Amino acid sequence: LNLAGYQKGEAPAGEKPTPLEAVTTYNNFYEFGTDKDEPARNAPGRLKVRPWEVVVEGECAKPGRLALDDIVKPHRLEERIYRMRCVEGWSMVIPWLGVPLGAVLARFEPTLKAKYVHFTTLADPEQMPGIRSRVLDWPYVEGLRLDEAMHPLTLLAVGLYGAELPAQNGAPLRLVVPWKYGFKSIKSIVAIRFTETQPRSSWMKANPREYGFYSNVNPAVDHPRWSQATERRIGEFRRRDTLMFNGYGDQVAGLYAGMDLKANF
Amino acid sequence: MKAPFKPLVFALGLLPVAWLAGRFWLDDLGVNPIETVNRFLGDWALRFLLIALAVTPVRQWTHWAPLARLRRMLGLYAFFYVCLHMASYIGLDLFFDWQTLWKDVLKRRYITLGMICFVLLVPLAATSTDAMVRWMGGKRWRMLHKLVYPAGCLGVVHFWMMVKADIREPLIYALVLAVLLGWRAVKAFRQNPAGVILGR
Repeated sequence: LNLAGYQKGEAPAGEKPTPLEAVTTYNNFYEFGTDKDEPARNAPGRLKVRPWEVVVEGECAKPGRLALDDIVKPHRLEERIYRMRCVEGWSMVIPWLGVPLGAVLARFEPTLKAKYVHFTTLADPEQMPGIRSRVLDWPYVEGLRLDEAMHPLTLLAVGLYGAELPAQNGAPLRLVVPWKYGFKSIKSIVAIRFTETQPRSSWMKANPREYGFYSNVNPAVDHPRWSQATERRIGEFRRRDTLMFNGYGDQVAGLYAGMDLKANF
Repeated sequence: MKAPFKPLVFALGLLPVAWLAGRFWLDDLGVNPIETVNRFLGDWALRFLLIALAVTPVRQWTHWAPLARLRRMLGLYAFFYVCLHMASYIGLDLFFDWQTLWKDVLKRRYITLGMICFVLLVPLAATSTDAMVRWMGGKRWRMLHKLVYPAGCLGVVHFWMMVKADIREPLIYALVLAVLLGWRAVKAFRQNPAGVILGR
């Protein structure tokens, strides 16, 4: 994958990117273990990122099986420096490298029946030691409404800090949806499916009372176990207030006009 | 086996704090140090609670009477780590935001249970001196100190409910607790079956 010549990004006003060391050693990637430091210890060297193929299927005119290069190459790589808010109450600022998901999906020509996009993470017990424990229903799956997936902020990331994604961060291809809690940004994607019905994500299956389909960052709607009103930015001591839609409300609030966000959490 | 073993256990009980202080000194508390400290102290609070609850069964299995002299110290260590765990939650995590603390206690069930666990342990720590035992009388003192059983259960449930998906670790604590309390239940039943059933 040629990352040279990407379009430089700008950090959100007043934000400084979280150090690479923190971004790559404090991860939730349960396929490699449930402790924060396990992905960094278990994923590099184990996760085989080449060759990598993604199956595209479902309600679209041009389904297929694409190599990583074929997904990314037709698009200009962009750096996007986004806030990342974990549902557990911590956050980072991360300079991702990727292509807008919407432009990629448009190439497969979703049909009128396509209302949602369903994503699947690799689930290979040979490469992923965490799969042996049934803490979640593998493979990990996530989903977006089609208009959320097509939104210009939604990124299909291949890199971080100007280099290819480290294994523990979801190499070689992951989603980044900055106004939603981190677990929506599914890692190591092997399948993309256009569907008519709402996908049921792994976390919804694990605990439907605590995890909803939308999972938009929302300080007014608490997770039963963590207050979502505040967050700890990694590297800072005091908690800071969590922003509605993680601070991207100007751009994404329109997607949810007229919706009760307490019911559609 | 007399004189030195109490000071030795006292020193061992301080090892977790020393370990934490060392990692703080070396700046080795990880990417989210407040979470690391809080989890570490919570883990040790629960471990000491279980260790204290193990004293009587182990003493009776091994017929090694001097163990009884460690029970108070280990119980107080459990309380000590519970206090440090609370202090790190209130002082470091919430930075003395009492309003949020109050909301957390009311709304988040695992925090409610953790807080009840702490409240149950306060009178036990307060009545741990010889003078208090004499003042209360052995029977009433033993009744009061049965509160350690619900406190142990609450501690384990508090941990269990905090975990997102991987329950293997709290499961281990729950099994140890089940053995320690189950042993007492069986013993009480054998000595006085009617008393157990009728609650006498």
